[in-house]
Amino acid sequence: MALPKYTEPHYRVWHYFYLFICGCVFFFLIAPLFVIFPLSFNAEEFLVFSEGMKRLDPDAFSLRWYKDMIYGTKNPWGLAAKNSFIIALFATLGSVLLGTVAALGLSSRHMPYKGIIMAALISPMIVPLIISGVAIFFFMAKVGLAATHTGIVLAHIILGTPFVVITVTATLSGFDHSVTRAASSLGSDPVNTFMKITLPLILPGVISGGLFAFVTSFDEVVVVLFLAGLDNTTIPIQMWTGLREQLSPTILAVATCLIVLSTLILVTAELLRRRSERIRGINR
Amino acid sequence: MSSETQKILTTDGIPLEESLKKAEKKNKIKAFLLVCPLLLFLIITYVFPIGDMLYRSVDDRMVTDMLPKTYKAMKQWDGKELPDEKVFEAFYLDYKKLVEEKTFGKLATQLNFEKNGFKSILKKLKRKMKKFEEGNYKEQIMNVHKRWADVEYWRALKRRAPSYTYAKYLKGVDMYENEDGKIVQVPEDRRIHKILWLRTLEVAFFVTIFCFLMAYPIAHLLATLPMKYSNLLMICVLLPFWTSLLVRTASWMILLQQQGIVNDFFVMIGLVSDDSRPEMMYNKTGTYVAMTQILLPFMVLPLYSVMKTISPSLMRAGKSLGGTPFIAFWKVYFPLTIPGIGAGCLLVFILAIGYYITPALVGGASGTLISNQIAFHMKSTLDWSFASAMGLMLLTGVLAIYWVYNKLVGVDNIKLG
Repeated sequence: MALPKYTEPHYRVWHYFYLFICGCVFFFLIAPLFVIFPLSFNAEEFLVFSEGMKRLDPDAFSLRWYKDMIYGTKNPWGLAAKNSFIIALFATLGSVLLGTVAALGLSSRHMPYKGIIMAALISPMIVPLIISGVAIFFFMAKVGLAATHTGIVLAHIILGTPFVVITVTATLSGFDHSVTRAASSLGSDPVNTFMKITLPLILPGVISGGLFAFVTSFDEVVVVLFLAGLDNTTIPIQMWTGLREQLSPTILAVATCLIVLSTLILVTAELLRRRSERIRGINR
Repeated sequence: MSSETQKILTTDGIPLEESLKKAEKKNKIKAFLLVCPLLLFLIITYVFPIGDMLYRSVDDRMVTDMLPKTYKAMKQWDGKELPDEKVFEAFYLDYKKLVEEKTFGKLATQLNFEKNGFKSILKKLKRKMKKFEEGNYKEQIMNVHKRWADVEYWRALKRRAPSYTYAKYLKGVDMYENEDGKIVQVPEDRRIHKILWLRTLEVAFFVTIFCFLMAYPIAHLLATLPMKYSNLLMICVLLPFWTSLLVRTASWMILLQQQGIVNDFFVMIGLVSDDSRPEMMYNKTGTYVAMTQILLPFMVLPLYSVMKTISPSLMRAGKSLGGTPFIAFWKVYFPLTIPGIGAGCLLVFILAIGYYITPALVGGASGTLISNQIAFHMKSTLDWSFASAMGLMLLTGVLAIYWVYNKLVGVDNIKLG
């Protein structure tokens, strides 16, 4: 953003000041994530940069916390990771299925009471998690699903569907309905039309909604705190316990892995978004 | 020609109008059926349980069911002086049954919530009751402890008579119904909930302001830079957005600790001395800093999507018509961004007001919010009806803001990444 040559000096100063402010905000946003990387390779047990690390002494760095994370005797991370992935996978499947079908209905111009129903379907995203947690806990306890994987999966489907509904309705908003009409007029039944015509076109939106649902479930701690028993511990639960009791570098090793994972998800989501915009002919 | 023949008919002989209406209705039903599975699922697993919370928060049948005879006998009692023999006898019979069933402990706990000192006199009564003779129970009970002859305790008992109560809601705003049935505030030194509500509002308000002040310039930069740079910078906004909340909170715990990098930096530039490093975590400062960073992307994204649609030629036009860049910004650009500001601020405020994890980890005692109090009653005191009542009070507030948000922005305009 180069300034034109005729810019007066005090606007020039103001402009650089503005860029400086922006730089600070970006730094504030992103820098905290990068503290975790080096500290997770700390050879010592403290969560501060040791003198050796400041001198970049190779002996001050080690992989011991990563080894501890994977091989540690009392470490619950293996079980937690397994549970987290299983729960997130099923929650994502459920959310995508329910959310996509609902989004198809909501995007139809014949849908009655669209506004109210949409607001109701999105509400689990808006209602504070603690309230959702309490309500879902009462329900699951009543039907005997507290402290089971099924209960947690159902809870995460509730929390994940709003994201799928939002992304899929957004994708459908630019959808050209004449292609489905063309398919019907050529003799295709509705299910076939959906599978062969609609789904491939809205797939990027469906997948990015699925990614949101996955991350929501994978990262969710408040509701699981109420629902989980000892066998249902998840990565967020273990991190929560660790952060409350004692901040050990093992947690930072886990956190580093999670940051890598979220970077991968971010890249996928961005690629999908661009592909979706290209398919729908939105050029920005 | 009759009016019948004027109508256009379809090939089946049905008037076109009717046929179209039918098709329209069919389409409506089709669309609704598609939404049905999710709607039903949410009603059963989400809306109904929230209704259940409402029921729990006002349900007080436990005490009523434990003392059926007493409350029947109490109906005629005006509550001015000590009740008569009938009430005492009924209470004796009810309580004897509870002692036999070994459930009197629950009653003692509940009545002690109502008036302190109930627990001990109930226990004493239980011990002495074995030697009671038939008849004249009023005399015998009053001899057990002098508090049984105090009318206040009988009034407290009568207050628990109704099956449904809003006492938990009153407790949530530090009020209670006193002996005369008037609603009054609890003593000054015990008004903890009021402090929490005010603090929650204060934190949510200031976090929203901080987020707005920080998000506005960078959203503007992102919207005006050429695509190739802005996409790169957008990652700085989106990566935290996708990263686990606990990871981000953990990084703030490392940064803000007393030997942490922020404190190191303050010492280095000479702002504080090495031996008087300020405590920046486990208080309100920690809550503010961490929550602002965590919620910032939710402000940037709506602002960005609105700013993206504002044509740069508008600013140029403003300037060419004689405005300084500042006036052009203030009179032309800023008003156009107001929808984005509204959307971002409402979203951040809604999210901040119900925040739980971050305040619980970095907030300490002075930085915790109303959500933390709800969790405390759910997990520690096990006063679930009180937790439900507080939750519903919070929910009402959030839904009110959500309603405004829906009116102003529309839920279908929520932008995700």
